[in-house]
Amino acid sequence: MLIGKPPDIPSSEITLRAEYDRYMNRRRFLRTAASTAVAALGVERLAEVVSPRIAAQAGTKLQTVKSPLTTTGEQLTSFEDITHYNNFYEFGVEKDQPAKNAGGLPTRPWTVRIEGKVKQPKTFDIDALLKLRPLEDRVYRHRCVEAWSMVIPWVGYSLSEFIRQCDPLPSAKYVQFLSYYDRHVEKWAGQSTISWPYSEGLRMDEAMNPLTLLTFGLYGEVLPNQDGAPVRIVVPWKYGFKSAKSIVALRFLDKQPPTTWNDQGPSEYGFYSNVNPNVDHPRWSQKTERRIGQPFYAQRRTTLMFNGYGDQVASLYNGMDLRRNF
Amino acid sequence: MKRSTLILLKVFTWLACLWPLGLLLLGAINNNLGADPTATITFATGLATLRLLTISLAITPLRRLSPRLGWLIKFRRLLGLFAFFYATLHLLTYVALYAGFDVNAMLADIARRRYITVGVAAWLLLLPLAATSTNWAIRKLGGKRWNRLHKLVYLAAVCGVIHYWWQVKPGVLTPMTMTLILAVLLAARPIQAWMQRRKARAA
Repeated sequence: MLIGKPPDIPSSEITLRAEYDRYMNRRRFLRTAASTAVAALGVERLAEVVSPRIAAQAGTKLQTVKSPLTTTGEQLTSFEDITHYNNFYEFGVEKDQPAKNAGGLPTRPWTVRIEGKVKQPKTFDIDALLKLRPLEDRVYRHRCVEAWSMVIPWVGYSLSEFIRQCDPLPSAKYVQFLSYYDRHVEKWAGQSTISWPYSEGLRMDEAMNPLTLLTFGLYGEVLPNQDGAPVRIVVPWKYGFKSAKSIVALRFLDKQPPTTWNDQGPSEYGFYSNVNPNVDHPRWSQKTERRIGQPFYAQRRTTLMFNGYGDQVASLYNGMDLRRNF
Repeated sequence: MKRSTLILLKVFTWLACLWPLGLLLLGAINNNLGADPTATITFATGLATLRLLTISLAITPLRRLSPRLGWLIKFRRLLGLFAFFYATLHLLTYVALYAGFDVNAMLADIARRRYITVGVAAWLLLLPLAATSTNWAIRKLGGKRWNRLHKLVYLAAVCGVIHYWWQVKPGVLTPMTMTLILAVLLAARPIQAWMQRRKARAA
């Protein structure tokens, strides 16, 4: 017989929190141990030369606050899987390649250009962007168009907060995101016929939706390079490729921008690419998905309309035929 | 070739052919098949199929290079059957882990999704070849008819490579190496035949 009120936090989350804390402690310990070793050897200056501005490095802890927009009741995907199973084709088309190859991505100095239909074109430094708003912990489901999914604890703030600082003109109907591209750094970009830089885009109302996250970290730490350091977009109700990585420019436009995967295969990847179990990819069903980290014999999960964020975003598409505007 | 050398080579070939399966089984036991185990199994079995098919198709052109390479023929059946073995595992991966044994879903997939259509076609083309791989079947069919039937392997390999291209995202060039190797091996056949005819006329 069940008497009394259930605990506020489900036990699964308690375990996860404990695991998360253990994980964080280990990372902190490793970093402290490393810096102690460096200091003991008296080679701090060398360390500074080898990896300058430690504060910018992946793994650095970020000051974060709680967010009401976080997704609850899901088991987080492990840090290991989030950082070693990546689609980041500039660093190779295989899932394990970005983790191996993205080390050379120069995340400092880094600026983000604001162009197009704005009062005044501007450039923001990454460190200014980090301080613009309090950084929030936001757990989101992440659904790849390839029919796998993760649950990721991102760190960032709503893109809308940043867009307000950009002063877009009323004529700005779309925003385009351009990713970093340097073929000397991203030597693997030729493994596909994609014409770089990677480009993605949203309609203004999509970009202004509070769920759209300007993202700087995951698991409470600075983004690892392979996950789109130092700043990326996360749009949790759309397939993963809409969430552009390593952003160097936001371009405000009066018409729909060209986007990378839509250009590569217009019949397979629409501009909207909202997660939609009722519209198949031409090559596979989108009705179900594999949760990363589960064994191969695990039951596939049912894919949710708008990846489960319909309450917040469905109204953006009122009156639109989502089968045609896939 | 000495009998002991042949046995040693056969043992080595068996081990090499079982290697991809061994890695998968080890991974399954240790829960170490990567972040997306289903994708790992699918890719590993598909790649093993194409690689073994390609190697088995290299035997005839290699033998024609020199009479001293005649012994290679003793390995062709083994390689071909292992290719069919991995193709079957690959198909079963789809049946169990993607379609969940749902026959209607599979039929719909075969009808609607061309990479699955061509993949299933490749497996169906390999099936009669595997079934007629015994000495008894060869005798029963007669060498000439058996040979003609087994030319289906060219079509199966081409279907396999098309399946690979249609499966990757548009513009991804990963299947290129396999495609080029297969193209060379298929082109080698008419070229070698033409060179032989020319030599025969000259003599």
